[in-house]
Amino acid sequence: RKAEARRNWPHWVDRSLLKNFADPEELQRDGDPSLLSPRERRAAWLSIYKNSRCRMETCFDFSRCEKNGFKVFTYPRERDQPISESYGKILTSIERSRYHTPNPEEACLFILSIDTLDRDHLSGQYVRNVDEKIRGFPLWNGGRNHLIFNLYSGTWPNYTEDLGFDIGQAILAKASFDTESFRPGFDISIPLFSKDHPQRGGERGWLYQDSVPPKKKYLLVFKGKRYLTGIGSGTRNALHHIHNGKDIISLTTCKHGKDWQKHKDTRCDKDNVDYEKFDYQELLRNSTFCIVPRGRRLGSFRFLEALQAACIPVLLSDGWELPFAEAIDWGKAAVVGSEKLLLQIPSTIRCIHPERVLAFQQQTQFLWDAYFSSVDKIVHTTLEIIKDRLSPHRSRSRFLWNTLPGGLLVLPEFSTHLGDFPFYYLQHGSSPSKKFTALIRVVSQAGSLSQSILRLIQAVSGSQYCAQILVLWSCEKPPPPRGKWPQTTVPLTIIQGRRKLSDRFFPYTAIQTDAALSLDEHTSLSTSEVDFAFVVWRSFPERIVGFPTLSHFWDPEQGRWGYTSQWTNELSIVLTTAAFYHRYYHSLFTEYLPAGLRELVDSLAACEDILMNVLVAAVTKLPPIKVTQRKQHKDTVPQQVKGTAGAAGSRRFSQRQDCLNQLVDWFGYMPLVSSQMRLDPVLFKDQVSVLRKKYPRLER
Amino acid sequence: IMCASAKYNTRGPALIPRMKTKHRIYYITLFSIVLLGLIATGMFQFWPHSIESSSDWTVEKRSVHGVPVVKLPADSPIPERGDLSCRMHTCFDVYRCGFNPKNKIKVYIYSLKKYVDEYGTSVSNTISREYNELLTAISDSEFYTDDVNRACLFVPSIDVLNQNVLRIKETAQALAQLSRWDRGTNHLLFNMLPGGPPDYNTALDVPRDRALLAGGGFSTWTYRQGYDVSIPVYSPLSAEVDLPERGPGPRRYFILSSQMALHPEYQSELEALQAENGESVLILDKCTNLSDGVPAVRKRCYKNQVFDYPQVLQESMFCVVLRGARLGQAVLSDVLQAGCVPVIIADSYILPFSEVLDWKRASVVIPEEKMPEMYSILQSIPQRQIEEMQRQARWFWEAYFRSMKAIALATLQIINDRIYPYAAISYEEWNDPPAVKWSSVSNPLFLPLIPPQSQGFTAIVLTYDRVESLFRVITEVSKVPSLSKLLVVWNNQNKNPPEDSLWPKIRVPLKVVRTAENKLSNRFFPYDEIETEAVLAIDDDIIMLTSDELQFGYEVWREFPDRLVGYPGRLHLWDHEMNKWKYESEWTNEVSMVLTGAAFYHKYFNYLYTYKMPGDIKNWVDAHMNCEDIAMNFLVANVTGKSVIKVTPRKKFKCPECTAIDGLSLDQTHMVERSECINKFASVFGTMPLKVVEHRADPVLYKDDFPEKLKSFPNIGSL
Repeated sequence: RKAEARRNWPHWVDRSLLKNFADPEELQRDGDPSLLSPRERRAAWLSIYKNSRCRMETCFDFSRCEKNGFKVFTYPRERDQPISESYGKILTSIERSRYHTPNPEEACLFILSIDTLDRDHLSGQYVRNVDEKIRGFPLWNGGRNHLIFNLYSGTWPNYTEDLGFDIGQAILAKASFDTESFRPGFDISIPLFSKDHPQRGGERGWLYQDSVPPKKKYLLVFKGKRYLTGIGSGTRNALHHIHNGKDIISLTTCKHGKDWQKHKDTRCDKDNVDYEKFDYQELLRNSTFCIVPRGRRLGSFRFLEALQAACIPVLLSDGWELPFAEAIDWGKAAVVGSEKLLLQIPSTIRCIHPERVLAFQQQTQFLWDAYFSSVDKIVHTTLEIIKDRLSPHRSRSRFLWNTLPGGLLVLPEFSTHLGDFPFYYLQHGSSPSKKFTALIRVVSQAGSLSQSILRLIQAVSGSQYCAQILVLWSCEKPPPPRGKWPQTTVPLTIIQGRRKLSDRFFPYTAIQTDAALSLDEHTSLSTSEVDFAFVVWRSFPERIVGFPTLSHFWDPEQGRWGYTSQWTNELSIVLTTAAFYHRYYHSLFTEYLPAGLRELVDSLAACEDILMNVLVAAVTKLPPIKVTQRKQHKDTVPQQVKGTAGAAGSRRFSQRQDCLNQLVDWFGYMPLVSSQMRLDPVLFKDQVSVLRKKYPRLER
Repeated sequence: IMCASAKYNTRGPALIPRMKTKHRIYYITLFSIVLLGLIATGMFQFWPHSIESSSDWTVEKRSVHGVPVVKLPADSPIPERGDLSCRMHTCFDVYRCGFNPKNKIKVYIYSLKKYVDEYGTSVSNTISREYNELLTAISDSEFYTDDVNRACLFVPSIDVLNQNVLRIKETAQALAQLSRWDRGTNHLLFNMLPGGPPDYNTALDVPRDRALLAGGGFSTWTYRQGYDVSIPVYSPLSAEVDLPERGPGPRRYFILSSQMALHPEYQSELEALQAENGESVLILDKCTNLSDGVPAVRKRCYKNQVFDYPQVLQESMFCVVLRGARLGQAVLSDVLQAGCVPVIIADSYILPFSEVLDWKRASVVIPEEKMPEMYSILQSIPQRQIEEMQRQARWFWEAYFRSMKAIALATLQIINDRIYPYAAISYEEWNDPPAVKWSSVSNPLFLPLIPPQSQGFTAIVLTYDRVESLFRVITEVSKVPSLSKLLVVWNNQNKNPPEDSLWPKIRVPLKVVRTAENKLSNRFFPYDEIETEAVLAIDDDIIMLTSDELQFGYEVWREFPDRLVGYPGRLHLWDHEMNKWKYESEWTNEVSMVLTGAAFYHKYFNYLYTYKMPGDIKNWVDAHMNCEDIAMNFLVANVTGKSVIKVTPRKKFKCPECTAIDGLSLDQTHMVERSECINKFASVFGTMPLKVVEHRADPVLYKDDFPEKLKSFPNIGSL
């Protein structure tokens, strides 16, 4: 024992006499004796830290983004300059985005129209004389504030990071980025994606169920090329060692390149035969882990393939700057292995606890869906990462990037506080505020107040949870004077609208409660209905909770989406003429969606509430919630519920169908999700005395 | 294979024997300590008096001045300068770390030497107080190894914390002659004050070849991301001054600057802010006329007003941390300790431990150019967020800044996480303050998935000997379209289940599992036979649920796969008179639990119930033969933070031979016992996780005036 203790770091008898590592005063007075003032130092940096040492503070002109905000300009496409399908999708994504500007004067970021994706000079898509071309661009400015996309750099045999032209001060968004040439906080690593990668929407991930322990046939799989020589062969040539033919399947083939037989070794023939016995897709679907080794370059298609398949990537690609690592915490979704320790991989992953495996699997699906499943998402993630750098104090924390629903759907301009969003109450340990703001839209041309709106104001203001009522006055005639409005116990404010349909979802600063209750002047609700719906909403703050509903369906005859307001056993849309939702959705509606969509909504009747439902479903992946509604008297049934009645009704109806189909087209998929249930008070219509019931009025 | 983490055992409980072993070791250790103590006290009586304390037994009495002296010849080799392209996969030898069942790197510390040059002049101070504390901490940690051959990481005892007090060339020579130096591979140096006048490099100037640097003032150009570790500049005030944590909230000043000797350009920018915004901005400087004996480092002045430092930092919401000659400033540590939100103005600075710490949650970084906008930027931050940042700042100090030990262990953990990434500490563990860890919920089934209907559910019927009733339940449940398998858990060890031929013939597989003991927890065992995600737990006397009701319950579960979805609802209430929780089964407007006599839930919760139930709840339930359902409700609510979903209207759960559910619930003693369960579980969980709601789920058209035959679930609520 004594001998052991001697070898530990000794407890010096005179340790209390030891001097501090620095004089306390010297520590506090770290005065700067340098000859340059801070301002001069920053100016000097500009000339030292450029090109390969670029950082945002030295190579990016922030002032360009101050006046007009984050605006992105794409160079006009030139007719004689063909671009690849993938680059076309990237440009389209930007042009469709809310950040796009056709005016270079107000741009903060510039994107070339020259296709720079494939810079392997042996490739058919390699564009020659890029240097010469960009030098001719008056906006190029040494590459400052430019963003260059690249998927392939270098060529056989070394596959260097060389792009074949001087990018100068431009930000490089590149696949297979090497940590050594990556300029941290400046460049962006993007995933390698194929030309078939969808423009928008994108396929969902393959995980349909959470099972513990994972019930997959294989633990770990790989199927791919074995390089016998050249860069990347170190790892690719060793992968077959871990194959055990049972739960670990690692298959390699030598057949690639024209002269593979020249390099062929003794394994090749048998390996090539085994290789054909397994189907790659089948392996992907049936394995818990997938090896994602480097190829000739560091990144590979199989990275995204594994991610989508919920096959947890086991990365063997030393020095790869992982895609969007500035934002994404890959430790939650992948096993970052070391090429040198390949043989330890099987024992390592066998030790990963089933619960961790479950979390990994879910995280792959979240990340796939949030940032990778379409070119739109990849491009927008790139843009948002750059935008976050412009004002660090109004940017997303790592938590936001790595938690559902993901960074793209969280607007830091709205807030940077978790408790202000509908998504994080549980993780944050808080709950939504206990009051709501009612927002009543008035469009009728009567000029005086109708009986129905007076009744509605009374009913809503009677709710113990109502904080205030806002009336959105969207008529040509001015609102009646104050005296004509009913006296209410809560403040009543009139907002003059711009008479656009999308007005109702404008993020009015007056809405200070988490919950908004959206109403129309014709809506008929009782105080108990409002109370009950609000209490339900507090349990589901990320969803729309309301009364009248619609249900969408696929019409195979017409080959399009339809919806019905008829009595159905399902619902997927809650009309916003009577619905609770989180006020954040006003910001998403107005600021996240591109202006084109809002214009569409303004031009079609009764489309705005469908868009709101589609938006919330796209964010949450969940259906809205219907709460029980009192039986309506025939004469008070609002128009919307009746749906198809009359000529005007049928025009509305067909416009709605158009609306739905155009929205699906824009989103790239059908986000709406159906539900088969309705929430009622616990004792609803139970055979028990009404005196015991909290909401007896709902049963009338 | 040896794994650090426990593996699930598919059959039979694994936890209990392990706990027993643990206890045994604990008792043996305790016993040995007591015995040793007795012997020691006994011996002490007869021992010569020169021995003063027992600590001298294990640790030698040695002085720093008594360490061996090493003379460095003038021409002894100097390492190469640091290689800026070094990364873990290029400059670090992972083979030294090996596959390690504990996933812990082994760290070796070279013994202390005094280095002198040819003329006998010392190269540096032998060791500073702080570096000694740091090495002591490593030596006391589980990373430490005394076996140089097993080490993965080597820490020289040569103190390079402060570049100003060492001779660069000779220090480099001293490093190069270390026995395992090998171009600095796997060597870790700690430096807090890099560079020297006039241009102050942002990394240690001592040539060190491939050695990793834990440095206190990196800029983005000298920091090798993923290789170096950015550490704080330790503030000795941390040990000297006790600043009790102050609750978050508004404070007297909005912005405070407390640094001395700021560059005049910064000074004038700050003064401009003060001129514009008045008294909410306070700019302090050193005091010019302090009386003798008052340490200058503990006072700050504004005009003639004298303030105590660092106490004054607690009076402000935001505290400015500007760069000085170096990027890293000790004041950052003081500011965090005071729970003041640091406003970091130091372009290109790599914040301490930025590889793992999310500084956006604890600080505001403002580019130097934007200093004039500081006030408006800070004002745009919501008050609630400022309060969280205050808490977060204090937590960072407590966990990672407060002592050399904290700094050393965080550094080693970061390197450890890189070498064993699959065992790395998570973002939440690094960043969430204990209060957040406690109050926040991270749902293990967090992905919004609606499982495919086609998978169906497995019904599990726990039974003892009510065969007739059991057969009726089997027949009824088998009519539910989405049933995919039926599992009977035969809990009676004294009686065999009926012969195969006697069982009802049903369209889905029916399996009987016999248990070793009659325990209620057998109902919640994650049997391999359960192949679906959805489980319907149903008692052998629940014959009153219609096929529509069960199918509807399954559909609702698909919409809420992370919740308990059940039929009879129950409520917990706070009994103000008795000052404890009470169980309620009456007709209430609220529910917080559903009985698992008839409930759908995810199979995952069977794992949790069997392997992760906190405390002794599982045994307690088995011993009392009651409350397994309440325990399940607690477990699910606690792990998901969500309420149960009660489906369909209330029914009379009555049948002639029933003892469960309502039959039993009427029993007064039963109610008392159930209340006791709630109180017991709440105390074990340390909180009341159950959530109260006022809603239940019905089919969309329930009780609507609409032809029944067009409804998906017409037969709901019939008595």
